[in-house]
Amino acid sequence: MKVSLTVNGRVREVDVEPRKTLLDTLREDLALVGSHTGCEHGVCGACTILLDGEPVRSCLMFAAQADGYAITTIEGLAPAPGELSVLQDAFCETHGMQCGYCTPGMILAAHSLLDRTTEPTREDIVDAISGNICRCTGYGQIIEAIELAAERLHKANTPRSTETSQVEDKKKAVAVQGGRR
Amino acid sequence: MKPAPFEYIRPGSIAEACELLASDEDARVISGGQTLIPMLAMRLARPARLVDIYRLPELNGIRVNGDVLAIGATTRQVQVEGSAVARDALPLLAKALPWVGHPPTRNRGTVGGSVAHADPSAEIPLVAVTLQAEIEITNPDGVSTMPADDFFIGPMLTAVMPGDCVTAVRFPIWRHARLGTGFHEVSARQSDFAFVAAAAQVALDDSGLCIDAALGIGGIGDRAVRLDVSGLVGGSLDKNSIVDLMHQAVQVLEPTSDLHASAEYRTRVAVTLGARALEDAIRDARVGSDRAAHGGAQ
Repeated sequence: MKVSLTVNGRVREVDVEPRKTLLDTLREDLALVGSHTGCEHGVCGACTILLDGEPVRSCLMFAAQADGYAITTIEGLAPAPGELSVLQDAFCETHGMQCGYCTPGMILAAHSLLDRTTEPTREDIVDAISGNICRCTGYGQIIEAIELAAERLHKANTPRSTETSQVEDKKKAVAVQGGRR
Repeated sequence: MKPAPFEYIRPGSIAEACELLASDEDARVISGGQTLIPMLAMRLARPARLVDIYRLPELNGIRVNGDVLAIGATTRQVQVEGSAVARDALPLLAKALPWVGHPPTRNRGTVGGSVAHADPSAEIPLVAVTLQAEIEITNPDGVSTMPADDFFIGPMLTAVMPGDCVTAVRFPIWRHARLGTGFHEVSARQSDFAFVAAAAQVALDDSGLCIDAALGIGGIGDRAVRLDVSGLVGGSLDKNSIVDLMHQAVQVLEPTSDLHASAEYRTRVAVTLGARALEDAIRDARVGSDRAAHGGAQ
């Protein structure tokens, strides 16, 4: 069946079997392989994406159910090609990633938390990533990374959501280019 | 782990959904899919057709109707968690919801879905049984309700017949001035399936005497069970009396053993968690009334 998906701000048409999960569709039909395939039954959180800004498991949804939502994958977080988001940077700096398998899911779950909360407590962070399993058991550094990103975002005092920040960034880019001229 | 092929239909109304469900024995309702899709992936369920009711607007919402809080079947768990109306009317459900799955599954998972799947360790069915909620069922003949205790039959087994669709859960609201709740659970990991869960709600009168009490235990057998704690009404509320009462009350349970926990362990934990939930509820009712008295004096 034909489904129209809005992924990272772009409308994409796919033709999939009803039984195809959103995860498989993202990976196989749209080549967005940043969403990782882990357990495929909703336990590990490696396939976490954002649906209208809220983290959900893309293995527990069929592509056929995903029309009409704003889908954000890990590929949609960086402000520009070759750059990283504040949260992604923080994960690099504090060694919040080891093998990297859980990382996209962890980052998206944390991204949604930092969108809603300016000063999350450690409990808020633990709760937000409680559905994501890290088999390297690097939770200590992951929590540190999210704390660091929260602090930076709080001090930077810029809009949080992907869409707004992308719009702001584009405005800034235009302003910078204008200034150079 | 991929589901077997099926046909996917998104009906435009609940009437159309019920027609589809009645016309095909192999059709199943899908809503948030947080329990059904894992079952499809593991091929524990192989429906020929999925009837998706998730976006039917008439099934989504939280409404107070006299002494009943009706939650539409496709209302997402996260919606209930964030609802001030639900929190005020149903503090016990509010206390249980953080134990339901994880934030990402609560973003998609629905109240009706959890009830319709009837997992013996699920928290929402436990609260429904504890508070004697009614399950609203719609089929081509119309709308009817059924007490939660009759609705849940066994593990993943309910009184739902072909053509039936769970369309709402109606929880009774306790209007007592001094009301308290308690919820406890033991599982292998945070928010994993409960080995034992206990939900308690207690109402006290002005003098601090118990006038109503409800206790439910989940995770322990085939389904959640409401225990008889009527001994608390007008009786002693000290810890020893509560533990004695629990030892009596758990006699009716039929605990199961599995590789996680033995039946003996589950019974022992049911006594402990049941007593803890009741003590919390009593404390909560006392504090709540003090708060109310304090607020009134200002």
